[in-house]
Amino acid sequence: MFICENLWFQNSLKMLEVRNISVNYAARTIVEDISFSLARGQIIVLLGANGAGKTTVLKSLNGSLPVAKGEITLDGDDVKSYSRREIARKIAVVAQENETKFPVSVLEFVLSGRFAHGAAFGWETENDRRIALDCLRLCDLREYETRLMNELSGGERQRVVLARALATEAQILLLDEPTANLDLAHQSLMFRLVRERCETCNTAAIVITHDLNLAAEFADRIILLGGGKIIAKGAPKEVLTEENLAKVFNVRVLLDENPFSKKIRVTTIY
Amino acid sequence: MNSDQKTIENKFSRSWRLGVLLVFALLIALMFAAALGSESLSFFELSDAETTILYDIRLPRVLLGACVGASLAVAGASLQSLLRNPLAEPYLLGVSNGAALGTMLAFVFFSQLEFARPVCAIAGAGLATIAVYQMAKSRAGMNVERLVLSGVIVTTFLSSLIVLLTSVLDAAKLRSFTFWLLGDLSQATKNGFYLTFVCAAFGTIILSSQARALNLMMIGERDAFDFGVETNKVRLVVFTTASALVGVSVAASGSVGYVGLIVPHLIRLSVGSDNRLVIPFSAISGAIFVVLADTVARIAIAPRELPVGAITALIGAPMFIYLLRKN
Repeated sequence: MFICENLWFQNSLKMLEVRNISVNYAARTIVEDISFSLARGQIIVLLGANGAGKTTVLKSLNGSLPVAKGEITLDGDDVKSYSRREIARKIAVVAQENETKFPVSVLEFVLSGRFAHGAAFGWETENDRRIALDCLRLCDLREYETRLMNELSGGERQRVVLARALATEAQILLLDEPTANLDLAHQSLMFRLVRERCETCNTAAIVITHDLNLAAEFADRIILLGGGKIIAKGAPKEVLTEENLAKVFNVRVLLDENPFSKKIRVTTIY
Repeated sequence: MNSDQKTIENKFSRSWRLGVLLVFALLIALMFAAALGSESLSFFELSDAETTILYDIRLPRVLLGACVGASLAVAGASLQSLLRNPLAEPYLLGVSNGAALGTMLAFVFFSQLEFARPVCAIAGAGLATIAVYQMAKSRAGMNVERLVLSGVIVTTFLSSLIVLLTSVLDAAKLRSFTFWLLGDLSQATKNGFYLTFVCAAFGTIILSSQARALNLMMIGERDAFDFGVETNKVRLVVFTTASALVGVSVAASGSVGYVGLIVPHLIRLSVGSDNRLVIPFSAISGAIFVVLADTVARIAIAPRELPVGAITALIGAPMFIYLLRKN
């Protein structure tokens, strides 16, 4: 179902390594001393309260925010040594805001994900179009090609943005609250698509979400951020503890097991 | 899959046909404009006086109008994409006024040097562009209203400097300057046309080469950066090229307003917002628009003339409001 012919030849198991990074923004330290690594096929979920620095970490990973201290290596080389096109071929982003005032069609939008593959000028190839249309189909947007982006609902636009990220065929997906505007069916579709891409193409993903149960269900590892620092990281069962969640979110929770998936289940006690 | 491909192919073949159609329309508009005027020309056998009128007066003016129109439309289309704002326009952002002030300063201080005028105009346009951009930029990004307001501030500030400068100039020069400030092609020279033509041609090619990157910038600057666009480089190229296009146009013909707003809008309505089509098509349509507007300016109250900028604003302003309300 996925097209991954371009994705197989990778040598390093650790695609992305983050060593002791700090990121400043407007003379303020937003995140401090963050270290983790992302392996092929792995899904890491970033959890944390609003303002904990999750988006900042994500933005620093592809070089769109400069790190003040520490080092990020992508496939063994410093991320700073790559050109924008090279990074865009390796890392795709699903960001929070994607609104345009121009009449851009859904297909054109998804094709823009192929920018880093083609010439800086010129037209997309037949292959680009095939990939874009496949990704639209995957995201349940079969009839949408000619619809305009500024006429879609927030949830539909969110799926188009995922389709564009998939169309890049990047080995690493960075998703910033990809399910924020989605209904229940499309939330699960979004996560299944990411999971499936990771399993079939050895893609890795880092996902920011506020949904603890989605995190428990889909994450291989969870990183819990609080006040710009890592509070806990590891498998969902290790991170999602009453103590950690009380510390970060200041709420009491009930933890048990989801009878279907046998994964941890979190219920907030109000 | 088959029907999918068909829709794409139809889109491009339709665009291709529109391109041919526009080129023909431009040729007809040029002939039409050259034939019409306060002095009517006989179509087949030209007398000596008529030859002079045609080749030395009317043709340079008509062709200059075409180049100015193309330059302004292309500059508008690319600035709109770069600034993510369909209302961005050289005239409304104050870029034209920057160029006008530069031209006037050159006229006052280096009046004997012909090339000083376009050079100073480009510098003025560039400085005005940077000023508007810096003012409109905020930590939260750049919204439509902020950009338009910054444009108003820069425009009015530069206007007051221009007024100050005209009050220093003597009365005879003043009259031609007020006319020129509104956008006026009557001072067209062959040299002016050559320079504007070269700039319009190269500018359109350079900006078309950035069209694919601009398609991503149009969605969002951070977004474009994430997907592989060297946003700083594209911004530099577009600002420089657009400033040069506006500068040279204004030095030759003053501030012809609204061309960069109306023309790209109409093109987007017919072919969508892909800059690889919008930029070249805007060039041809901008040329047609200004050539026709100048023809009207020449013959409406013949033998007296109107400034072409008055005609474009007369068409442009109401159309702007209409488009704004429709959106």
